[in-house]
Amino acid sequence: MTVTEPQLAEHFGATIARGDRIEPRDWMPEAYRRTLIRQIAQHAHSEIIGMQPEGDWISRAPSLRRKAILLAKVQDEAGHGLYLYSACETLGTSRRELTDKLLSGKQKYSSIFNYPTPSYADVGTIGWLVDGAAICNQVPLCRTSFGPYGRAMIRICKEESFHQRQGYELLMTMMRGTDEQRAMVQESVDRFWWPALMMFGPPDGASPNTEQSMAWGIKRNTNDELRQKFVDMTVPQARALGVTLPDPQLRWNSERQAHDFGEPDWDEFWAVVNGAGPCNAERLAHRRKAHDDGAWVREAAVAFARLEEAL
Amino acid sequence: MISDDLLGSEAHWAFGTDFEDPLAGVDTTVPDDIDPAALARYCLMLGDDALVLSQRLSEWCSRAPDLEEDIALANIALDLLGEARLLLARAAVADPSVVPSLPDGSPVPAEDALAFFRSPAEFRNVTMTELPNGDFAETITRLLLFSVWRLAEFESLLTHPDAVLAAVAAKGRKELAYHRDFAARWFVTLARGTAESRRRVLTALAGLWAFWPELDAPADVEVVLDQVFAAADVSRPEVTPARGLGRECVHTEALTDLLAEMQSVARAHPRGLW
Repeated sequence: MTVTEPQLAEHFGATIARGDRIEPRDWMPEAYRRTLIRQIAQHAHSEIIGMQPEGDWISRAPSLRRKAILLAKVQDEAGHGLYLYSACETLGTSRRELTDKLLSGKQKYSSIFNYPTPSYADVGTIGWLVDGAAICNQVPLCRTSFGPYGRAMIRICKEESFHQRQGYELLMTMMRGTDEQRAMVQESVDRFWWPALMMFGPPDGASPNTEQSMAWGIKRNTNDELRQKFVDMTVPQARALGVTLPDPQLRWNSERQAHDFGEPDWDEFWAVVNGAGPCNAERLAHRRKAHDDGAWVREAAVAFARLEEAL
Repeated sequence: MISDDLLGSEAHWAFGTDFEDPLAGVDTTVPDDIDPAALARYCLMLGDDALVLSQRLSEWCSRAPDLEEDIALANIALDLLGEARLLLARAAVADPSVVPSLPDGSPVPAEDALAFFRSPAEFRNVTMTELPNGDFAETITRLLLFSVWRLAEFESLLTHPDAVLAAVAAKGRKELAYHRDFAARWFVTLARGTAESRRRVLTALAGLWAFWPELDAPADVEVVLDQVFAAADVSRPEVTPARGLGRECVHTEALTDLLAEMQSVARAHPRGLW
C-alpha cells in the first residue's frame, strides 16, 4: 500500500496537534526539517562560539575556585555543542557540514557573543543575564515538537541554570568586596543589559519565522513574550544584587502586572547580526584557526582508525 | 523576591568546583615524626607541577582539534587544578611561613596567596610543566611523560605517614590513570597516523626528552613508557639532558610570562573578594 504525501502530512499535523514528538524516522515536511536544522545548528554554533568571550578569562581568573568554576562552565558549553550537533545529525546532516557552514558564515550564531568581555565581572554578568536570557528562551524548547532537540534541551537547561546561579553568585560576592569591584559589576551590567534583551530576537512584528515555527510546535512563545518574562524575572534580582539597570523607562505597571521597559536599539541589533558587531570577525577567526590548526590531528585519527580496522 | 533556587545553599554547583574547604573533615595535624618545612616544600613541588600544567592545558580550551579533545583537555586541567588546590592548602597548613603575606584585611585564602602572590623564583614545578604548549603533539607528549611519572609518584604516596598527602594521592591516582591513558592513546595514534603526525610527535619527543631526567623517575616508570613507545614504534631519543632546576626554583622565562598573566587580576585587587 502506498501512502500519499497528503496522508503523511495529515499524520504529521495530527502528531503536532496532540502535542506528541516528531522523531527522526518519522515523515516530516522538508521545510520543517530545514527550519530545525537551521535552528539547532545555530544553537550549537552559539555554544561553541560562546566559549570564547568567557574562555578568555580562564587564564586570569582571580582565585583557584573561580578558575575551576569557569573552566568547568566553558567545558559544559563544548558539551552542549556536542549534544546539539548530534541532535542535528539525526535530521540528515553532519557535524562536519555544519562546521563548514559556521566557518564560511552561511549559518549564524547568537549575536550576544559578538560583544567583548573587557572585565572579569563580565564572567558573572554573562552567567546572570546572558545565561538567564538563554534559559528563558530554552526552557520552552524542552517541549519542542522534535524529540532529539527537546531531550537535548532538558539536559542543557539544567546545566544552564547552574551557570546562571554561579554567575549571579560571583556578582553577589564582588558586590561584598571593594568599591572598585562594585563599580566593575555595575559597569558590566550597563554594557550587557541591552544586548541581553536583544537575545530574544526582533519584536514580534518583525519576526517573519515566528508564526510558522509556532504552528509546527518548534517555538512555544513569541519573542516579545519571552523578553517580558526575562525583564520581570531579572528586575528583582538586580535589586537584590544592588545594581541599577540602564533603562530610564523601566518601571512596574500594576495594571499589566508586568514591567514596562524601553525599546532596544534595533539598528544595532541588525548591524551585529549582519556582521558589524565589535567582535564578529575575531570570533570566527579564532574558530577557523582552531579548526585549521587541528586538521592534521583529525587526519591522523582517521588514518589510525583505518589502520586498526585493517588489522 | 529572589527564588531559593537562585540563592540556595546546595554545595554542588558544578563538577570539580566544590565550594567547601578541600581539607574540611580531614585531620590536618602534621604527624610528629614529619618535618613540617620539608612536607610543605614537597607539597609545593607536587602542587606547583599540577597548577602550572593545568594552566597550560586550559589554554587549549576552545582551541583543540575537535570538541571531544577540547572537553578531555579541560577535564584533565580541572583534575590537576583540584590536586593543586589540595596540595597548596596542605603546604600552607604544614608551614604557614611559605604563604606570602598580604595587606592587612585581605580576604585572600592561603591557596590563592600561594598561587597568585608568589614570584616565579618561589615556584617549585619541574621545567617540563612550564614550557609553552606547542602543537597538539607536544601537549600530548608532555602529558604522557608527566602523567606516567606522576601516577607512580602518587602510588608511592598511598602509604605516606601524612594522612592528607595519602588522601590526595588516593584521589589523584584515578585521575592520573585516565590522563596517562588519554595521552598514551593519542601518542600512539599520532605516531602511527600520518607521516605528518609522526614527524610532529617525534619532534615533540626529541624536544621534551631532555626534561625527563629532571623528574628523577624510578626504573619501573621507564618500563611503562617503553611499552607505550613500543606500541607507537618509536625509541627513546638520544639527547643531552637539559639543566632542569625547577625544584630549586630556577625557571625559564616561560614561567614568568605564564604567572604574569595568571596573577594579573588577583594582584590588581589584593583586597578583592572573589
